[in-house]
Amino acid sequence: MRILVVEDDKDVAGFVVRGLKEAGHLVEHADNGRDGLFMAASENFDAVILDRMLPGGIDGLRLLETLRGQKNTVPVLFLSALAEVDDRVRGLKAGGDDYLTKPFAFAELLARVEALARRGKGDAPVTRLLVADLELDLLSRQVRRAGQKIDLQPREFRLLEYLMRHAGQVVTRTMLLEGVWDYHFDPQTNVIDVHVSRLRQKVDKPFPSPLIHTIRNAGYMLRPDPA
Amino acid sequence: MPSGVHPAPGSGRPGPTLWRRLTGRASDRPLGLLRSASIRFAVVYAVLLALSGFALALFLWYETAGLLDRQTEAAIRADAQGLSERWEEGGLPALVMTIDDRLAQNVDDDAIYLLVDDQLRRIAGNLQRWPQGVTVPNAWYELPVQRAGIRSLARVQRFDLLGGFHLLVGRDVRVRAQLRNLLTDAMLWALVIVVAMASAGALVVRGLFRRTLANISHTSAAIAAGDLGQRVKLSGRGDEFDQLAETINDMLERIGRLMDGVRQVSNAIAHDLRTPITRARTRLEDAALHAGCEAELRAAIERAIADLDGIVAVFQALLRIAEIEAGSRRSAFTTFDLAPVLADVGELYSAVAEEREIEVKVEAPPHLPAHGDRELIQQAVANLLDNAVKFSPRGGRVVVSGATSGGGVTVGVRDQGPGIPADELSRAGERFFRGEDARSTPGSGLGLALVQAVAHLHGGTLRLDDAAPGLAAVLLLPQASPMTAQSLAPADAAT
Repeated sequence: MRILVVEDDKDVAGFVVRGLKEAGHLVEHADNGRDGLFMAASENFDAVILDRMLPGGIDGLRLLETLRGQKNTVPVLFLSALAEVDDRVRGLKAGGDDYLTKPFAFAELLARVEALARRGKGDAPVTRLLVADLELDLLSRQVRRAGQKIDLQPREFRLLEYLMRHAGQVVTRTMLLEGVWDYHFDPQTNVIDVHVSRLRQKVDKPFPSPLIHTIRNAGYMLRPDPA
Repeated sequence: MPSGVHPAPGSGRPGPTLWRRLTGRASDRPLGLLRSASIRFAVVYAVLLALSGFALALFLWYETAGLLDRQTEAAIRADAQGLSERWEEGGLPALVMTIDDRLAQNVDDDAIYLLVDDQLRRIAGNLQRWPQGVTVPNAWYELPVQRAGIRSLARVQRFDLLGGFHLLVGRDVRVRAQLRNLLTDAMLWALVIVVAMASAGALVVRGLFRRTLANISHTSAAIAAGDLGQRVKLSGRGDEFDQLAETINDMLERIGRLMDGVRQVSNAIAHDLRTPITRARTRLEDAALHAGCEAELRAAIERAIADLDGIVAVFQALLRIAEIEAGSRRSAFTTFDLAPVLADVGELYSAVAEEREIEVKVEAPPHLPAHGDRELIQQAVANLLDNAVKFSPRGGRVVVSGATSGGGVTVGVRDQGPGIPADELSRAGERFFRGEDARSTPGSGLGLALVQAVAHLHGGTLRLDDAAPGLAAVLLLPQASPMTAQSLAPADAAT
């Protein structure tokens, strides 16, 4: 995927660019708002990682507002040290698709950017999600694996739905907390791990190959067993 | 306070400029005098006292000396009336006889009569000659007269009779004039005394004013210099100055508490953050110096990153509390249903709780309208529940309850854990406070502080009670402000 990083801090930018390249993406970098805007407007990217406070007269918010004013719908993730709730709200109102505050874990950034970049594709409304032999019917709210019906609580259903929609992608704990519970704070305790392990009990335990995998230092991924 | 804050070593008092300004000693320039409030008050006092003394003297003078004059005139008028009646009845002889009679009967010897013909020759009466200058009939004259060889003062009125006769009726007012002079003198002296007393009083007022203010300014100056323990002394009279002093003392108490809070927080930051920072640093340095292989190095770095993440989490919690306390989040207030929020939070934690065989029960009516910041209330309830689950014994029970109370909403979280000792209950909401028994459990000591900040933001309270056994935390969120209730009303009417 082609990803644009607009970030003025050399260390952060270098780290992010290197990490994204390692993950197999094509990365462009701009270290000020003017260049960033020019590149974002003139080229096609799958996602933009955007700092809020930028040199060059155009800050992140202005850049994004200008971009959205030109009907450019490229997914944008804000990466900012401005961490107050209002800052976040302002970023999302300006047209941001996600907001990550510094300091951040690279795994979190990567997971979120990949989720954003893929979201744009295949927008057709789905009624059925299918991963290997696991099948989730959004209309009848039923889950089957290898033809066998699995009973899930409403929240477990939503958790599985989220994992299946992001099948093959890393999903972090905070992404789950925001996407499934709509919580925007850190609950400290390992509440998400416990919910995932309960889901595993029902979805993976009775079957020979597991689908929900733990990705160390990052989160979870639902994918067919490579074996 | 560190001693470095003082303006000069060993000086408990503020700098000279401040001191002079506070006590009005900067009166080197003439304008400075009027700038002093104490002198202004004293002058106002003196002027008011002098004015009222003057008014009183004027009134007294009018009521005494004036009354005597008016009485004399009335007597003269009555006398003249009687004489004129005699004249009309019996003519000149009757008039002369009456005058003689009256003079004979006049015990006080103050009556003055003189009847003259058209040549101003005396016919009757006790004056030898017609006094000069008495020319206009019916007018009042006050003039010196010579009577039986004594110089005296008389108040007279002239009447003209038919046949060219002139009649002079009057009273000797020498004694009264003396009395009046006496009175005038007395009044003048009284005025002098009043002015003197006003000045003296003004000095006293100024002194009182200064002393009372000096008390307050002394204290304020000491506080400004860093001695926060100072309080304004009360006179014990319960007067306005005492009320002012009490208000100032209350303010100082509050400032003191805030300062304590800041000090406590900075100490806590110094301690609670220094520990993990030290740990992370040690790990990194140790790995840099002693790591035998790359795997070892990686492991050390990862642990150090985890330590740093912990520090960042504490920072974020602190900043969030500060953000909430700043009150800017009030703009995000809405009216929402609290019941599903409680159910959701309960559900989120029930999984963790079940792992430890703790039952989480949510007791709330189907709808629970509340007003405030939904996300913050959610987080506050989550923090309370997090605590409750963390401290519950295996097999325990945690009850989350929601209820309306007097228009507001209460959210209670009750556990069966060890609770908080009574002497620690009041401090449990402080930042970084961790009970003696809680030190071994993970946590930053910021959870309840955030709940308390959320409660204060909503104008509510966080109450912590002993549930015997366990802790009962009650978050009280009062009714929406009248303004918000009003702004909601039209929407209700429209539906």
